[in-house]
Amino acid sequence: MKLRKKKSGARLMSRPEEGKNPSRGVFTRRALLLMAAQGAVLGALGERLYGLQVLNGSHYAKLAENNRLSKRFFAPPRGRITDRFGISVAANRVNWRALLLAEETSDIPGTLERFAQLVPLEPRDTTRIEHELRHKRRFIPIMLRDFLSWDDMARLELNMPSLPGVLIDVGTTRVYPFGPLLAHVVGYVAPPAEKDVVHNAELALPGMRVGRSGIEQTQDASLRGQVGSVEMEVNAVGRVMAELDRDEGLAGDEIALTIDSGLQQQVLGRIADQSASAVVMDCRNGEVLAMVSNPSFDPSLFDSGVSQAQWIEWTNNSQTPLINKAVSGLYPPGSTFKPAVAMAALRAGTLSPSDRISCPGYIDVGGTRFHCWSRYGHGSINLRQGLKYSCDVFFYEVARRTGMDVIAATSELFGLGAKLPEIELPHVRQGLIPTPTWRRAHGHHWNGGDTIVSGIGQGFVQVTPLQLATYASRIATGRNVQPHLIRSVAGRLAGLTDLGHATGMDMPENFFEDIRAGMYAVVNEEGGTAPKARLDIPGVQMAGKTGSAQVRRVSRAMRESGHFNSANLPWEYRPHALFICYAPYDAPRYATAVVIEHGNAGADVAAPLARDIMTDTLRRDPVNHREPPGQEVAQAEVD
Amino acid sequence: MKFQKRLLRAEPNFQILTKLWQVNWLYVILICALAVVGYVALYSAGGGTSRPFAGPQSIRFCFGVVMMLGIALMSPAILVRMAWPLYIFSLILLVAVLRMGHVGKGAERWLMLGGMQVQPSELAKIALVLMLAAWFHKISYRSMGNPLLLVPPALMVLAPVALVLKEPNLGTAVIIGTVGASMFFGAGMRLWQIALLILPVPMLAKVAYSHLHDYQKARVTTFLHPESDPLGAGYNIIQSKIALGSGGMWGQGYLHGTQGQLNFLPEKQTDFIFTMIAEEWGYVGGITVIGMLLLLVFGGMLIAMRSRNQFGRLLGLGISMNFFLYCAVNLSMVMGAIPVGGVPLPLISYGGSAMLMVMFGFGLLMSAWVHRNATFGETTPGEKD
Repeated sequence: MKLRKKKSGARLMSRPEEGKNPSRGVFTRRALLLMAAQGAVLGALGERLYGLQVLNGSHYAKLAENNRLSKRFFAPPRGRITDRFGISVAANRVNWRALLLAEETSDIPGTLERFAQLVPLEPRDTTRIEHELRHKRRFIPIMLRDFLSWDDMARLELNMPSLPGVLIDVGTTRVYPFGPLLAHVVGYVAPPAEKDVVHNAELALPGMRVGRSGIEQTQDASLRGQVGSVEMEVNAVGRVMAELDRDEGLAGDEIALTIDSGLQQQVLGRIADQSASAVVMDCRNGEVLAMVSNPSFDPSLFDSGVSQAQWIEWTNNSQTPLINKAVSGLYPPGSTFKPAVAMAALRAGTLSPSDRISCPGYIDVGGTRFHCWSRYGHGSINLRQGLKYSCDVFFYEVARRTGMDVIAATSELFGLGAKLPEIELPHVRQGLIPTPTWRRAHGHHWNGGDTIVSGIGQGFVQVTPLQLATYASRIATGRNVQPHLIRSVAGRLAGLTDLGHATGMDMPENFFEDIRAGMYAVVNEEGGTAPKARLDIPGVQMAGKTGSAQVRRVSRAMRESGHFNSANLPWEYRPHALFICYAPYDAPRYATAVVIEHGNAGADVAAPLARDIMTDTLRRDPVNHREPPGQEVAQAEVD
Repeated sequence: MKFQKRLLRAEPNFQILTKLWQVNWLYVILICALAVVGYVALYSAGGGTSRPFAGPQSIRFCFGVVMMLGIALMSPAILVRMAWPLYIFSLILLVAVLRMGHVGKGAERWLMLGGMQVQPSELAKIALVLMLAAWFHKISYRSMGNPLLLVPPALMVLAPVALVLKEPNLGTAVIIGTVGASMFFGAGMRLWQIALLILPVPMLAKVAYSHLHDYQKARVTTFLHPESDPLGAGYNIIQSKIALGSGGMWGQGYLHGTQGQLNFLPEKQTDFIFTMIAEEWGYVGGITVIGMLLLLVFGGMLIAMRSRNQFGRLLGLGISMNFFLYCAVNLSMVMGAIPVGGVPLPLISYGGSAMLMVMFGFGLLMSAWVHRNATFGETTPGEKD
């Protein structure tokens, strides 16, 4: 620019100045030239200003708006979970916590040190705080300690002047009033992992929790609710100047379970300290009234982080407290499988109710001798007696005649080894009813003996306690009952609760009658395998079937030694004790399956337990009550 | 009194009141009008109060007006005598600021003098204008053809330029150099001399760039690509443009400019005060301020032309050019037309020494106007040869 001025100035200079004082004339011309340049420069700037402000104004105005507005989100309260009577089984509790706003203190280490003198910080807290101090912006609060007690708060409030940047804030935390009792069903929540945040940025909000197990996990989306937001005017460093708009968000849905927490408590009381699982169902509509897996764990530990020692203790425990045995535990059904084998044979026509099969105490198939549990045999018996005595030889023969493909097809209709699509739990295992096709697919030959063993629910057959309860329900009602845990969501009844929901099973009713009669005999007739399961309620009977599932093969030498007693085996080699049942016999309402891990004989251990559970269930009769029945139910404390 | 005699020697008929009457009051009113604009803008920059910026600045301005009128009364002869001591003093201050100045944004610019922050480069500009005006006043137009006579004034320009560059304050150095060059031009430097000087400029520019500090280079790069570093060095430019754009034609309303009021605008009370004005008052307000500045510049140039002595002419030209360059550099900077460098908008930006030096300059200009008809110590062709 300077250059241009001077060159054009030179043109003016070419006329030599005449007169008394040439310098004034030269000056005037050159000054006018400079003025022209000055005017041109400021004019160009005015033109540029016009371009910036008027021509492109709207573009920059939009940028300005984005600059100024900041939307901040906050976590909505998580939906409550209740039992069928509205008693909280997962709720939110007010959680007082101390936060640190780094930008408001000049001496962070000093503040932290003074804070730790008032409210102790664990090493784990300290490392987390240091990490957050490095990674969060200075105006985002950092959590120092939560779950402050009144004493902590009083100490902090008193010393606030020496704690610049520390603020006390209220959030919510998840509480499980029943603790371990419903841990497997309800599940638990935990702070989101970093990979969760990648998929859903909402989870980065302080106070957001992710369901990690049970209903909390499968219903996470509806429990979580809708994130609220505040639109704020912020200044250049992000400090809030004014609140412009507020969206409160939506609290998560309240979910009512089909569980009766009182019954659940009674069932757990009956199980006591055995490693066992029990499921009680409404056998007409599939509502699960109690689902106990013992031992259990305290679900509230996950919210604040499980200690290493606790975690090791859980994972090393052979009784697997973290696993919900009711849906994830796989057990050979043992003799409880026999009704399904019978139904398969009846449907296939390989057995008629009046057919008699002779039991000499053993059967030889393909050069192998298979023993009955009774060394002396049961003589010539029909189906009803076969079930009543739980004769192994009878069912060896029935299975041999029927074939494994037919048995598998029928037992899957009962829910055994099949998917239970409506159960709202994670990690549900399907189990297995083996077939020759399955065996070949795994590169093995299917022996005739495999069918024989499968006929009494041994070998490769594996089912879950929930499947057994479903199986009992379907035998009792002849309907495709679907087990489920959710009764209502946000006050709307779930469709499955409707009694007409379950369709009839495609099996003749008279076959069901024959099987039910056999199961009635097991409990109520002289010589049945489970006399201990007889109900002590006048006019009410239950039907059931025992099962003792070997976890390892009993050798002939042991059997023939005469004094074989599985109770003398180490715990982990003892057979599982099983029992399935339903009651009342003439108007079935409740079905129960009990599996006691390594409990030995189903008849001696599982049957009495099932009887007690059924007695409790019938006494409470939860499906016919709108209020929690019985005063003996201790209400868990809810803050 | 001796001093008074000397003061009035050149124009013995003037009394102080008569001289005051001679002051170009229209021009003073224009200066005051711009100062009012500055007060209003600083009031807004302070978040709607006069406390942090507007109040102190108006006190400084009042002091500046008194100083301006005082200098306006001084005769050219006295001013010529003041030139050398003032110039030497300004050079001493420039050296001092290099030795023990306070660092601000990578540049040593501030000097604490009696509890006041002083920018020696502000004084150096005025002192140089005075010095050059006095020098060229003494040599005749004809003798301008002698290159040897141009060497001393050239050194007078280069000394402060070099010292300011060393600070390093590139913007001010360029302004000082340009003011000096414009005075050479106004004094009647010959065409061939100008051509000889311009030729090596591109080479010098290349060498200069390689000696720039990193933060100055960063300014050049971010000026060329402001979006490359939106939260770093380019932040100021982007935010300033956003603020200007959001002002639109009529502005967001006084005290309602979101960019400025929410502190997105950096240094809004100093370098970016114009952005704040244009955001709140829109293009209409912005162009009005530019128009007022242009009136002051042109007014100064006209005052210079009106003078019958070379000293007054060159003094007026130097002061006007200096004022103009400050305005042009600051405005170009906030509009993203040139790289950002701490150059305030005279009369409007917050800052003590800048305000005082601008008023000092206007005092010299006023003196040139008051004594426009005086002739003294000038070698005119008629007298000499």
